[in-house]
Amino acid sequence: MTLKISQAHVDAMLAQSRAEYPDEACGVILGPQGKDQARRLKPMINAAHSPTFYEFDPKDLLSLYREIDDNDEEIVVIYHSHTETEAYPSRTDIAYAGEPGAHYVLISTREEIAPATEFRSYRIIDGVVTEEEVSISE
Amino acid sequence: MTTAIEVRIPTILRPYTKDQKVVAASGETLSTVIADLDVQYPGISERLLENGALRRFINLYVNDEDVRFLGGLEAPVKNGDSITILPAVAGG
Repeated sequence: MTLKISQAHVDAMLAQSRAEYPDEACGVILGPQGKDQARRLKPMINAAHSPTFYEFDPKDLLSLYREIDDNDEEIVVIYHSHTETEAYPSRTDIAYAGEPGAHYVLISTREEIAPATEFRSYRIIDGVVTEEEVSISE
Repeated sequence: MTTAIEVRIPTILRPYTKDQKVVAASGETLSTVIADLDVQYPGISERLLENGALRRFINLYVNDEDVRFLGGLEAPVKNGDSITILPAVAGG
């Protein structure tokens, strides 16, 4: 299993994560329905505004699903940053992973590795985490 | 009189509804609609409720209004209404 993603998307997610530090940053990448192609990056507001938690506002969530329905899109990537810990899904991340088809991207902006960041991708299905390769294209 | 309510099912719950993304249910409140859904698709209410209350990280909307602002489980529903179920996107 591999996440195929563009350098531009990776750069944008890292920039957003740094900009929103010390809060967790989050968002999605959308693509045409059924194709598993990450095309359209959409940063989302972390309604929790927290360094240890993220949540899409329920209203934003509904708008997002209406939008992807209208556009015949699917959610390809759900990403968020960990500000103090490594880029691995937490118990909370696993408990709330409600989109079985998505690639879950974790970004770590923790102080101890700064200015470097960690960028990793996973599938989370039925409570099971499987890390996958990330293939970055120009 | 039975009400006809459209219920939109998220991907993660479609194993309960034989893969259907939209199903029909009846009831006068969200609570009775969920009970009806569970009769048709056994086990689905356990994904929506815990100890008789709506689970924290499942969002339900009646005609695009978050049910938290409509009375939660007691939110009234009428013929022709549309309920959307969306698992929250959240984590820590």
